[in-house]
Amino acid sequence: MKLKVSTTINGKSRADEVEPRLLLVHYIRDVAGLTGTHIGCDTSQCGACTILVDGKAIKSCTMFAVQAEGKQIETIEGLAKDGQLHPIQQAFWDEHGLQCGYCTPGFIMAAKYLLATNPNPTEDEIRKGLEGNLCRCTGYVNIVKAVKTAAATMGGAAQPATSSQPVATSGSGS
Amino acid sequence: MAITTMIGAKIHRREDPRLVSGYGRYTDDLVRPGIAYAAFVRSPYAHARIRSIDVTDAVKAAGVVAVLTARDFEGVLSGAAPVAPTFVAEKKTVPDRIFIAKAEAVYQGEPVAMVVAEERYQASDAASLINVDYEPLPAVMDIEKALDPSSPKAHTDLADNIAWDLVYNDDANAAFEEAEVTVKERILQQRLAPTAMEPRAVMAEYSRGDDQLTIWLSTQNPHWLRLFVAGAMGMPESRVRVTSFDVGGGFGSKISPYSEDYLVAAAAKITGRPIKWTESRTEALQTDNHGRAQVFDIELAGKRDGTLLGMKVTQYIDTGAYVGTFGSFQACACLLAGGAYKWQQIAARTVGVLTNRVLTDPYRGAGRPEATHLVERMLDIFASEIGMDPLAVRRKNFIQPGEFPYEQNFGLVMDSGDYEKTLGRALEMIGYEQFRQEQEAARQQGRYLGIGLSTWIEMCGLGPSAATAPATGGVGLAEAAQVRFLPTGSVIVYSGTHSHGQGNDTTFAQIAADTLGIPYEQIEIRHGDTAEGTGFGYGTYGSRSLAVGGLAVRMASLKVVDKARKLAAHIFEAAEEDLAFEQGDFYVKGSPENKRGIQELAFASFGADRPDGMEPGLEAVAYFDPPNFVWPFGAHICQVEVDVETGAVEILKYVGVDDCGNVINPMIVEGQLHGGIAQGIAQALFEEVIYGEDGTLKTGTFLDYTVPTANEMPPLSLDSTITPSPSNELGVKGIGEAGTIAASAAVINAICDALAPLGIRHVDMPASPDRLWAMVQEHRTGLEGYHVVAFAGTPDRAGVHPHGDPDAALTGSEEEGRIIGTGGRAEPGSEGSPQEGPRHQEDYDE
Repeated sequence: MKLKVSTTINGKSRADEVEPRLLLVHYIRDVAGLTGTHIGCDTSQCGACTILVDGKAIKSCTMFAVQAEGKQIETIEGLAKDGQLHPIQQAFWDEHGLQCGYCTPGFIMAAKYLLATNPNPTEDEIRKGLEGNLCRCTGYVNIVKAVKTAAATMGGAAQPATSSQPVATSGSGS
Repeated sequence: MAITTMIGAKIHRREDPRLVSGYGRYTDDLVRPGIAYAAFVRSPYAHARIRSIDVTDAVKAAGVVAVLTARDFEGVLSGAAPVAPTFVAEKKTVPDRIFIAKAEAVYQGEPVAMVVAEERYQASDAASLINVDYEPLPAVMDIEKALDPSSPKAHTDLADNIAWDLVYNDDANAAFEEAEVTVKERILQQRLAPTAMEPRAVMAEYSRGDDQLTIWLSTQNPHWLRLFVAGAMGMPESRVRVTSFDVGGGFGSKISPYSEDYLVAAAAKITGRPIKWTESRTEALQTDNHGRAQVFDIELAGKRDGTLLGMKVTQYIDTGAYVGTFGSFQACACLLAGGAYKWQQIAARTVGVLTNRVLTDPYRGAGRPEATHLVERMLDIFASEIGMDPLAVRRKNFIQPGEFPYEQNFGLVMDSGDYEKTLGRALEMIGYEQFRQEQEAARQQGRYLGIGLSTWIEMCGLGPSAATAPATGGVGLAEAAQVRFLPTGSVIVYSGTHSHGQGNDTTFAQIAADTLGIPYEQIEIRHGDTAEGTGFGYGTYGSRSLAVGGLAVRMASLKVVDKARKLAAHIFEAAEEDLAFEQGDFYVKGSPENKRGIQELAFASFGADRPDGMEPGLEAVAYFDPPNFVWPFGAHICQVEVDVETGAVEILKYVGVDDCGNVINPMIVEGQLHGGIAQGIAQALFEEVIYGEDGTLKTGTFLDYTVPTANEMPPLSLDSTITPSPSNELGVKGIGEAGTIAASAAVINAICDALAPLGIRHVDMPASPDRLWAMVQEHRTGLEGYHVVAFAGTPDRAGVHPHGDPDAALTGSEEEGRIIGTGGRAEPGSEGSPQEGPRHQEDYDE
C-alpha cells in the first residue's frame, strides 16, 4: 500500500508514491537520487543524515518520507548557488574541517541551522550545537574552527579563526 | 605569490570541493541498472549448532529474487578467507574462516542465510521470515578460562582454543638478577570498535557473456580484495575488477576481506543480478573487526638510580572466533615493548586465544599503541616505586641521537630519532615545573590534579619486503605508481595506495608537481580501481601511504623526467649532462632563454623526431620497496583534574610535539594527529566493547558504544620537529597512527599521577567515572567489591586489588553481582533476546 507524498527539495518540487514506512533519508537517497545525505547509524546518534526541513535541522533517518508532505527540504546539494560554495562549505574546505568526508554533509547542515539560530556562537556553543553529529577522523578541532570562520564570513561579529593565510592555488574559489 | 615548491606547502585539499557539496561516491551511493538488494540472517547466539534453516516463507515473500544458505554457495565459492602469518609464522589452532555458517555459528552476527530482493526493505522483511533452528552451545568468552584444556571450545571440532603461543625470547635472567627493584602489573587493552562513520557496503555485478566480475566496496585494499575474491570464486584475477571510490573512514576495519565481500560477489554470479548490500550500524558493531582486546602481564627490572635493565612481557590476544587476516599483527606490541629506551634484555611471549566473539584485526596503531601504553605505564609505576620523577627516568634511559640507526632488542633497526628534542619542546608548552607547584597547592585543597607523559615511538611505513613478504605469505609490502603524460601535456598519476581521508590526492600531486615541474592543477591523481594503473596496489594502512606510496610517485616521476631529458638532448643536439632542468624546462646550460618545457616534450614524444631506439610516449611505472620501516616519534603531555566524588575526569590541557621527518603538507599532518589523539583519548576515557557472558553484544548501538562528540574533546596544542628518515629520498616517515599511539598513555598516566595520594597505582581503560569512583571508594574504605573491572571475560582481575599478584588473579573465580567490563560477564541470568534479522533492534535487558 503506497501513499502519495509531495515535497520541495532544494527548490524543486516533486511528487512520489511511497510506502508509509519509507524513511525520509531513503526517500532522499534512493527516490530523489540525492546521495549527499548519508546514513551512519540506526539509532539517531551520528547525524550523518542531517538535513533542513522547513529551515530546521532534522535527522532524516528518524522521520518517515510521508511526514515530509508539503515541506521545504534542503540537502547538502542545495547549498552552493551557481557554482559558488556556501560560506560554511568554503570554511570546511579552508580549515581542513573534513578528511573522509562521510560525516561532512551532516555537519554542514547542522552548522547552517546553528548559525541561523546563533550567528556568533562561542566555541562551547559550537561544540554543544554540534553534539548531535559524530566524526571519527578530525577529532572535531578543525570542524569547530570551520564553523567559527563561517560565522565570521557570514557577518557574525567574531574574528575568523586565525588559520595562517591559506596558501592555495586551486584551493579557494573556482 | 606563485608557489615555487609544493612540498611543504599548506595546500588545501583538492578532494574537498566534491565532498563538501555532497558529490562523494561512497559505495551505497552507487546503483546499477536492475539492482537488487541483499540482507543477511545472522546468528543471535555466540555459539550454536545450526540444526535446520526453514526458508519456505521467505522464498514466497514479496520481491524475493533468491534465498541462499551455505549449500547454495558450494561450487561457486571455495576455500576460506586468508590468515596471514604476520608476526606469528607458526600458529597452532586456526579454524577455517568459512564465508557463511553451515553446521555451527561461532560468533553473534555470523551470517547464516542471505536474501536477495528487488527492494531494500523487502530483503530485510524476507530475512525475518527465515526460521533457523539453533541449538545454543556454551560460549567461550573468558580468555583465561579458554586456555584451560577442560574449557569448551570456540568451535566444537577444535582441539583447543590456542590460536598461537609464541615465545620471542625467554631469557631476561641476567637483567633481573642485577635488578635492585622490580615492579609487576597487569595492563588491559580493552576491546574497541573502530566505527568508521561509513558502514561497510558491497555491490557486485557478474556479466555472464564475458565472465567478468566487478565489485564496488568500501575497502582500504582494492587489489588485495581482488586477489582474495578471485581465488575463492575460482576466477582468473584478470577477470575481476574491484573499485573503491570514496571510503568513509577505515582505521583498519576495512583492510581485511569480510564474508559479505565474497557472498555478495558469489550471489551476483548465482542470480545474474547486480546486488548491493549495505550494513546497518548494529551489524557494523557486531561484525566489523574489533581492535586491541589484549591483556599484558609485565615485570620490569631496574636500579634505584632509575636505570632500566629488563622486562618480561606476556601478551594475551582475544582473537575472536577465527583468526583475522592480520589478527596476529598486534603481536608486534611485544617486539616494540622497549619503546624509546635502552634495555639489557626483554623477554616476550604472545598467546592468541580463540573466543566466541567477532574477530580482532588491526585498528589504528595496531600493536604500537599497546606497546607504548605498556612501556609508558610501567615507567611511571617504576618511577613511583623508586620515588623518582617520571620525567627523569625517561631522560636517563632514552636512546641517544648519536646511536641511530639503533638495533633494538628484537633486531628491528630504528632509523633516526631525537627524543629529548620533542620532549623538551612539549615540557616548555605545558609548563611542567609550574604545574607541579599548582598540583601541590590543589592537593592541599583536596583537589586531585595530575600530569601524564607519553614519549612514544612507532614502527610504520609497512614495509621492507625482507620483513613483510614472509609476514603476508609471499607479497612484500612495496608500493607502486604510474606517471603518464598525455599528448597535450596533462598528467595522470595512478597510485596503489587508497586515500580514504588522508588527502593523498593532494600530497601526491604536490610531490609530482615538484618533480615534473608542471602546474599542480594539471596533475590528476587516481587510486582505488584495479582496472587502472599498476599490476598491484598494496593499499593504505600502517601509516605507509607517504613513506612508501609517495616514494613510488617520486620514482615514477623521475623516470619520466629522465626520458624527457634524453628526448630534449636529442632535440637540442646536446649531451644529456649539458642540459639543465628547472621548473619543468630543459635548456642547454648557459642559455636558459632557449628552453623546451616537459609538457611540450610530451607532445613531441608522440611525433617522429625521436632518438633511435626511443619509443613514443612519456610514462613510467615504479615500485618502491623500502629498505627499512620508518620510525616517527614524539612527546605528548596531558594535564587532568579528577573529581573523586564523581569519578569524572577533565582534561585541562593536552600538548603534543611530534616528529615524522620531512613534511609534505603540514595541514594534513595536523589533521591526522587531531583524529588519532581523539581516538586515543576515546580509548582512555570512553570506549569499550562489552559482551555479556552468553556472548550477546551489549554495546550494539552508538547509544551504548560511546564514540565521543565535539563536547568531550579538549582543545589540542601541537608542535613538531623534523628529523628526516635516512631510508628514503624524501626523508619522510608516517603520522597517521601517531595520535592513537601516544594519547592513551598520556591520559592514563595523568589520571594515575592525580590519584597517587590515594594509593591508587594503576588504572585500566576506559577510566570511566563509575570505575574511578569505585576505585576511590575501595581505596578510601579498604572494602572490596564495589566494582571489579575485568577484561574479556577475565572474571577476576588484580587491577583493582592494590598490588594484587596478577598470577593469582589468573585463577580467580567469578563472584556474584560484578559487572565485568570489556566483553566480560553481566549479571547472571540476563539473556539477550535473539535478533530477528538485520532490521530488528537487539533487546538489552540491563
